[in-house]
Amino acid sequence: MAQVKNRLTPFFENITFDREDNELILNFGPQHPSAHGQLRLMLHLQQEQIVKAHPDVGYLHRGMEKMAENMIYNEFMPTTDRMDYIASSSNNYGFALAVEKLIDVEVPRRAKVIRMMLLEINRLMSHLFWLATTALDIGAMTVFLYAFREREYLMDIIEGYCGARLTHAAIRIGGVPLDIQDSFITQLRTFLDKLPANIKDYEDLLDTNRIWLMRMEEVGTISTEMALSWGCTGPMLRASGVQWDIRKEEPYELYDEIEFNVPYSDKGDNFARYRVYMEEMRETAKILYQTIDMYEETVKNGQTELMAHAPKYISAPKLDIMTQNYSLMQHFVLVTQGMRPPVGEVYIATESPKGELGFFINSQGGPYPYRLKLRAPSFWHTGILTDLLPGHYIPDVVSIIGTTNIVFGEVDR
Amino acid sequence: MRAYTPKDDVQAKSYYTDRYYVAPQVPKQEVETDEVFAADLAALKAKFEVKESFIQVGQMVVYINANDIYGVLEFLRDELTYTQLSEMSAIDWLAKDNTFEIFYQMLSMTKRKRLRIKFFINKGEAVDSVESLFRCADWSEREMFDMFGIEANNHPFMKRILLPYDWQGNPLLKTYPLEGDEFAAWYEVDKIYGKEARDVIGPEIRDTARVDRYDSERFARLGFEVPKGTEITGNEEPNKQDYQEEGGVFLVKKFTKDASKIIDDPQR
Repeated sequence: MAQVKNRLTPFFENITFDREDNELILNFGPQHPSAHGQLRLMLHLQQEQIVKAHPDVGYLHRGMEKMAENMIYNEFMPTTDRMDYIASSSNNYGFALAVEKLIDVEVPRRAKVIRMMLLEINRLMSHLFWLATTALDIGAMTVFLYAFREREYLMDIIEGYCGARLTHAAIRIGGVPLDIQDSFITQLRTFLDKLPANIKDYEDLLDTNRIWLMRMEEVGTISTEMALSWGCTGPMLRASGVQWDIRKEEPYELYDEIEFNVPYSDKGDNFARYRVYMEEMRETAKILYQTIDMYEETVKNGQTELMAHAPKYISAPKLDIMTQNYSLMQHFVLVTQGMRPPVGEVYIATESPKGELGFFINSQGGPYPYRLKLRAPSFWHTGILTDLLPGHYIPDVVSIIGTTNIVFGEVDR
Repeated sequence: MRAYTPKDDVQAKSYYTDRYYVAPQVPKQEVETDEVFAADLAALKAKFEVKESFIQVGQMVVYINANDIYGVLEFLRDELTYTQLSEMSAIDWLAKDNTFEIFYQMLSMTKRKRLRIKFFINKGEAVDSVESLFRCADWSEREMFDMFGIEANNHPFMKRILLPYDWQGNPLLKTYPLEGDEFAAWYEVDKIYGKEARDVIGPEIRDTARVDRYDSERFARLGFEVPKGTEITGNEEPNKQDYQEEGGVFLVKKFTKDASKIIDDPQR
């Protein structure tokens, strides 16, 4: 049979392009492994170069602000775990601190020290996780395995404290529920003693690695103006030349008694952010050593209280509840009806591993917050991709998303 | 008589309130008690109308006119070093007096001070976008539009951000139902298959552990396996399945329950 001549022409040659400019729209995500969760990016490409980027978020939206408006304050605490689930104690803490400012209670010293320990362990966990996943995105598998090994050790310590590895709910409004376990300090010391060598291992693998440098240096440069205008905070802002750390500038807990530096860089590129993260891990280790000393001091001074004494808002210790009638009544009312903070408004920002984590609470004197706004740093660190990505190439997208360190539990809330 | 439930606020209510309970206030201080804030407020008052101002929990709160917002934020950013807009959103007061309260949380890094600019707008009114002053307002205003339906004038891309574009209703309004309504319940079915498929597909099953022993399409019946689609009467013969082929394997003795000795003495 005679062949039909047309059949031989390749199929794609029959396609005509409507657009003259050769612009291709690439849909990136929401299931891309390097999108760190549910990020969808619509990238307008000119060859391999991005001319326009449109981040699309909301795939993990759970309506946390709405949930908060219909929960009593203590009930909302485990929900905050699900924001930045890489470092969940920092969310617990941000919420607890905001409510404590609202009801004006002072947390006992030992509880403050334990909280700081938890916060800094969470920061280390978050930074190690960041390093592991970013390195993996770039292709450095070894660093991923090393960093996860260390993170696992920290998660074991946390698990020994509160029983959970990721969603800790380890901080209560008014203090902490438990004293640290016996092995906590020994384990932490063992870990911290090894940490400098571990960080050096990562740096040996990465700092002079040609591939790492090519993917990181001069890529994703954020100027100071851009960082300020986009509301960047945390390492994103510090890598862009602003030495601003809320722990230092507006100290909460006992951070004003602690000596630590705020590492920053004025380069603003991916590599600067990487350096800031690495230096912050070292600073965090310094802080943790000091909190161990502070803890041992509270033991020496016999400061054993873990929860603030404010019977209107916070339940009495378990021993009192079990032995004293009035404490039991208070506890019953606080659990069934919830605390009723005074009428007023508060916005409290804390330095979470990702940046400024703010809780805005408007209370109308009822057991439910009238309005609760969660200011999550990752939300704007995702938004900045709109302005940051154009001009870069497709492989840069992966490394830029990596160094922005966004977590979608927090972006979508 | 049935208790009246307000329709303009369907949120959770405390089931018990003491009639004589008067909620205390978070104390407010005069702005004059803080030098930095007093100077900022004086500078602000010279150019704009300030309706009310006080300090609460260490932060200054300033009420202004809705029309002034762009000018005020520009003045704060350029003259008073409040270079960062940390957060902005709205509070729903529709049930009380048909207004929204909009707040802008500002931060000055050089003064280490935070202040909150606030104003009221009526329902249906729009706010002026401050996106050209602070790029982060691009996303905040979109979120506010998404959650409250408040539009921002001169915004470059006024679309929903967290919810899908075709979503109905604004979740953070106090009138928004706490449980999904009909639209939400059938959202995926309507969108993918069309409304007429509702009867075919049926309502969503929320019980993840559900097992239907009469459904041979979707559930395996261990020990009582039947071909897919068989009508199940309940009198099915058990499916005896040998774990070991007839004739046995070299050196492996076939296990039979009857032939084996069962030790049931726990104290053995």
